[in-house]
Amino acid sequence: MQLTLWTYEGPPHIGAMRIATSMTDLHYVLHSPQGDTYADLLFTMIGRSRKRPPVTYTTFQARDLGGDTAQLFKDSVNSAYQRFQPKAMIVGASCTAELIQDDPGGLAKALSLPIPVIPLDLPSYQKKENWGASETFYHIVRSLVAVDKSISAQQFQEKRVASKQEGQKPSCNILGPTALGFRNRDDVQEIQGLLESMGIEVRVVAPLNASVSDLAKIPEADFNVSLYPEISQLTCTWLNKTFGQPFTKTIPIGTKATKDFIREVAQLANLDPEAILASQEERARWYAKSVDSTYLTDKRVFIFGDASHVIAAAKVAAEEIGFKVVGLGTYSREFAREVREAAKSYDVEALITDDYLEVEQKVAELSPDLVLGTQMERHIAKRLGVPCAVISAPVHVQDFPARYSPQMGFEGANVLFDTWIHPLMMGLEEHLIMMFRDDFEFSAKAAPSHLGHGSPVENKRTTDPVSDSAEEQKSTRVNAEVFNGGDPVNLWDAAAEKELGKIPFFVRGKARRNTEKFAVEHGISQITIETLYDAKAHYGR
Amino acid sequence: MNAIVDLPKEEISRAGKNIPIYKERGQREVFCGLTGIIWLHRKIQDAFFLVVGSRTCAHLIQSAAGVMIFAEPRFATAIIDDRDLAGIADAHEELDRVVKALLARRPDIKMLFLVGSCPSEVIKLDLSRAAQRLNKEFVNHCRILSYSGSGIETTFTQGEDACLASLVNETPKQAVVAEKNLLVVGCLPDVVEDQFQRLFSELGIERVSFFPPRNSQQKIEIHGNTQYLLAQPFLADTARFIEERGAKRISAPFPFGVEGTTAWLKAAANQWGISSDRFNKVTQARIERAKKSLARYVPMLENKSISFFPDSQLEIPLARFLAQECGMKVLEIGTPYLHKQHLEAELELLPENSRIVEGQDVEKQLDRCRSDKPDIVVCGLGLANPLEAEGITTKWSIELVFSPVHGYEQAADLAELFARPLNRSMRLAA
Repeated sequence: MQLTLWTYEGPPHIGAMRIATSMTDLHYVLHSPQGDTYADLLFTMIGRSRKRPPVTYTTFQARDLGGDTAQLFKDSVNSAYQRFQPKAMIVGASCTAELIQDDPGGLAKALSLPIPVIPLDLPSYQKKENWGASETFYHIVRSLVAVDKSISAQQFQEKRVASKQEGQKPSCNILGPTALGFRNRDDVQEIQGLLESMGIEVRVVAPLNASVSDLAKIPEADFNVSLYPEISQLTCTWLNKTFGQPFTKTIPIGTKATKDFIREVAQLANLDPEAILASQEERARWYAKSVDSTYLTDKRVFIFGDASHVIAAAKVAAEEIGFKVVGLGTYSREFAREVREAAKSYDVEALITDDYLEVEQKVAELSPDLVLGTQMERHIAKRLGVPCAVISAPVHVQDFPARYSPQMGFEGANVLFDTWIHPLMMGLEEHLIMMFRDDFEFSAKAAPSHLGHGSPVENKRTTDPVSDSAEEQKSTRVNAEVFNGGDPVNLWDAAAEKELGKIPFFVRGKARRNTEKFAVEHGISQITIETLYDAKAHYGR
Repeated sequence: MNAIVDLPKEEISRAGKNIPIYKERGQREVFCGLTGIIWLHRKIQDAFFLVVGSRTCAHLIQSAAGVMIFAEPRFATAIIDDRDLAGIADAHEELDRVVKALLARRPDIKMLFLVGSCPSEVIKLDLSRAAQRLNKEFVNHCRILSYSGSGIETTFTQGEDACLASLVNETPKQAVVAEKNLLVVGCLPDVVEDQFQRLFSELGIERVSFFPPRNSQQKIEIHGNTQYLLAQPFLADTARFIEERGAKRISAPFPFGVEGTTAWLKAAANQWGISSDRFNKVTQARIERAKKSLARYVPMLENKSISFFPDSQLEIPLARFLAQECGMKVLEIGTPYLHKQHLEAELELLPENSRIVEGQDVEKQLDRCRSDKPDIVVCGLGLANPLEAEGITTKWSIELVFSPVHGYEQAADLAELFARPLNRSMRLAA
């Protein structure tokens, strides 16, 4: 039993959902108790998906447990097939259904549906979300790709080369992007554009936006781009072993890695990379070189997230922006070795954990100038008053921006520069503060002037983190201005002031302003609880 | 009337103004009872909720409300792993270890709820036994209770019911006190509680307390001379246990909207023999103020149609408020569970031509919703954006549980929660 406050990854069936939701005509029937449908909101709310995930849940309850949950599962599979007419189906159990051992795979097979039905065996009490996604993708590809066992991988590769027509472009697939993945939508666009500009044909992108029939065509390409190893490495390894398809190892995050990626791809595609390498503007590199960036030198950065993003971010931070990596770690235990290896080059020890408190403690201990992390580290950093940028899943709604905002490729490098530098003080500004630090306007505690959110909350523990939020502090200031230096607090009697404190913090400032305005307009010298509600009724919300 | 697609074949009964009640079974797109922890832990400020469950449970709670704003919350999950299942580690010993570590870390915690989940129920991990055992160990330091918030036993707000029921059960039996007291039952935001407290006090009902208390140390008065008012419609078990202690329920509509609040207060006032004069004197100014405030939103809601997907069991009182006080047309009222007795007064006030569907088959309900084309749909977070993408305006139901919506001063706020999405759809359509 493990005590957990927040979890970096969901259970493995959430990973399977990410694969199903990525694809266009695959359906997932999940044997699960009532309540497991919460997972839909990850996609519809956080990812703002316009469609419900293609998942049918059996949502059994206590009364079903006494009856026939196996029949319930079969009925669910049948009606899902009838209603959604998918081209293939995956079936499996969530944590509770795993305990009742109904064998979803066997039950679904017995129904003899006219489509491929792929059973998933995802042990919920051992494994987690990314593993589940990787495993699911692998099993789907294995089931949908025809394998001719009579020929070896090498023979298959030779056959593929031989069947190529004169002048046919080299081709590849992009494997790994999924629904809910961090910036996957934009990374795919960026990398696909890059590959095409190199003269490479991108055959299949999967699982994101892929159809069942697309997957069957994967072996036709010359090589695979393994974009997110957490999801795609297992599948790419199998494709390599079975069809002799090589796959890329470089993750194109940052300018240097993108250039390495171009060289790696060029080699796989038998192309000369020099022309494309020479034609890049590399704006991020110039920005890092420009003098305002001098102040970035040796800023201490702590990095945490999934393995691929952390390894890549550390490299960019150290080599392309000139930060000092003071700590790094991952919750991806499957890739702990790679992260430990990377940590060595920065003379730090990798933190391999999925315990949020351990990460928080580490950040507090190191007190870095910047945290690059996940949604969780955003909260840690906020609490500790440390600037932060998000570089990895798990993510929140604000990590699905409306604008194009990749992490990969040359544009991705520009995005990294902007988003990592943004939480920090601008160079000139920092310089001015050093010069005029005794001047109140340039107090060392002042927030960066381009951040309108007020100063970071002081590093103190309060009983109610809501009550002293920056929003409330700001609104108090605004209201002092409205009253022209007068002391509006005196208007309030103690009971009314207390009542005001009970109003949710995000509307409290407005309630205060409205009530005071109302009091002034109506010649009320003392604001009581009644005035508060009279004003509320007067202005509405 | 055209046939409604995918409606269950037979209505099981009728209620109020001849309103049909159908029962539906199928996929239920609802939260489980664990979700209640999100507001329960804010209400009881020195309580901690420890879910004994799987990674799914932990993931649910942090996802359901996007509550990750509190760095170290007063809830957590003891995640069961393979070793606990294989019996290598005795699950009870493991749980004791986790609880000890937790209480050592958080000595400020005075009450700990061990919350059962689907997996803990299925493996029959007896949390009440664990609570008993741990209570002995932490006597005079922390009270330890247990309840189940599992999805196989509870739907969304039923988690609060289970939690409050466990609190009632744990309260020592009390001798009858000569002077009767009023107990208001169900989590309410503090601000709303204080408003009601003032109203009762002005009415002359002095011995009033709210349950659950804000602080675990507060004594809860329940005995043969206790009368209780439900503030929430989903407290079936809690009510049953309170009545086992001899307390009597005051039947009333729920305090949503002006009319609902007046009727609710009036029901209590009648039990205390408060004169109509005094009642009117206390309530009149507030009623007028609330009506004035509400009038702002009525034009935006009048004659608009609404359907509810089953969620919090608040659906029936809310439908009543929206029909009775805002002039809305109610099409379908989906509710996960219908407690006919507690909702008796509400059912009487529901408008004709609505239908109640108890339970859910989400696909069929979506079909009905598409064919009904209501102006606004109240639904869970999983369905809201997909329905919006289809051109159907939605109000996410969870906000109705999290926001202060009871009582006079919130009547307009409640209406505004429905007016806002309608207003927004109209503005963005232009």
